[in-house]
Amino acid sequence: MLEFVTTRHNPMVDPALHVWGWEIPVYLFLGGWVAGSMIIAGWLGRQGRSPGDGCVCHVLPWLSLVLLSLGMGALFLDLEHKLYVWRMYLTFQPTSPMSWGGWILVLVYPVLLLGALASVPPDLLSRWPVVAGLAARLRNPGAAGRLGTVSIVAGVGLGVYTGVLLSSLGARPLWASAALGPLFLVSGLSTGAAFAHLIARNPDEQASLLRADNVLLMVELGLIGLILIGLLTASAVHAHAAGLLLGGPYTAVFWVFVVGLGILLPLTLQTLMASHRIPHTVVAPLLVIGGGLALRFVIVSAGQYSHWISP
Amino acid sequence: MARLGMVIDTRRCVGCMDCVVACKTENGVPDGHCRDWISQRLEGAMPHLRLTITSERCNHCDNPPCVTCCPTGASHVHDYGNVVLVEHEKCIGCKACLASCPYGARFVHPDGYADKCTFCIHRVENGELPACVAVCPTHAMHFGDLDDPQSEVSRLIASRRHFVLKPDAGTKPRIYYLE
Repeated sequence: MLEFVTTRHNPMVDPALHVWGWEIPVYLFLGGWVAGSMIIAGWLGRQGRSPGDGCVCHVLPWLSLVLLSLGMGALFLDLEHKLYVWRMYLTFQPTSPMSWGGWILVLVYPVLLLGALASVPPDLLSRWPVVAGLAARLRNPGAAGRLGTVSIVAGVGLGVYTGVLLSSLGARPLWASAALGPLFLVSGLSTGAAFAHLIARNPDEQASLLRADNVLLMVELGLIGLILIGLLTASAVHAHAAGLLLGGPYTAVFWVFVVGLGILLPLTLQTLMASHRIPHTVVAPLLVIGGGLALRFVIVSAGQYSHWISP
Repeated sequence: MARLGMVIDTRRCVGCMDCVVACKTENGVPDGHCRDWISQRLEGAMPHLRLTITSERCNHCDNPPCVTCCPTGASHVHDYGNVVLVEHEKCIGCKACLASCPYGARFVHPDGYADKCTFCIHRVENGELPACVAVCPTHAMHFGDLDDPQSEVSRLIASRRHFVLKPDAGTKPRIYYLE
């Protein structure tokens, strides 16, 4: 017999043990989506696109600015000491992924703004010659290529950070995987690709993005498998944490909403779409986007539920 | 520099919660929160049962994850005694430290900053004991410099079987429990 009685360590009587609510999963999801969109826009931008050619890469920086601002809003809502948020930018703490994230966001915003500016058709900027001149310089093939590279690097940094933020917190065994950063990056890329082929007007571009998303969904499945195998073959604490998704309280929501509806079903639909056996449908990309959100909610929530089982 | 720590004798502790009340009184801990608490662990099978009572709090770890994850440096290791503290004016309330602590020792103060046991640093710097240690009616709690081999805490650790909480978490806690 082992009976444990404590006035703490019970989320029902001590809500502090469930430290993050809806705000953090939403922020991580939107951050991942923006990261994926930046990588896709950067990749397409490096191939030489000009405003007005209908490329989805001209829309993504604008969309990313909105999504990132919404995500930052959610992050701000989560802070308990909101008036002190500026303290984050008076220091850089190299051991803190959250500090890295704060400064990565400082890099991401100007990159997005430059990308957005480069995507504006020149005739719309004729009233502001200085801005038009800057936009013209950004559209120069060399500058566009460099901006695309910076966009990809910043996107990778942002996407990986959203996962490392969790995996660096060793007190939560479910997050103790180096593959969590790549998983959130690939999930963000998949979400970005899904939305991009949802709104793409060029059939060739749409087909390329759809095929890319299928590959990303398969990689995402593989990374989920690796994380679970890694936890199951590690210590008893980590195997116990993996059990939350394999028979424990988060099993149904994880396998139904993340894996089933978020990856396998859209992968099947998009495979049929890629081979032209069914027409392009908005259902598949919407499922991918919903799956990305569900992944963040399940991982953040189950991770906080996981703990060191030794006394 | 001293490395302050605590030794708690589980054979003497009766779980009276005087330490909890003393802490709340001394530090004005808000309602619904606590900086220290009591846990009871009952093991074995009838009639061979073993009850271990532990008075728990922040372990002021030598390898504190709450300090390494803090984005503003609000969570820090204080010069005096290597005590882990939170600078309220620097804390943004991001709760990364709450998520990083395997002991669940931190909570968000109603004023918005992360809060936890300070080893009553305001008393210790003036030569007093932490409030919880000072009031313990069974003298189960001891406090002192773990780096001084002649200190009471070092001698107790050297002479008695002891354990720390969640040693596998790798945080190197500085609260020792005598068996």
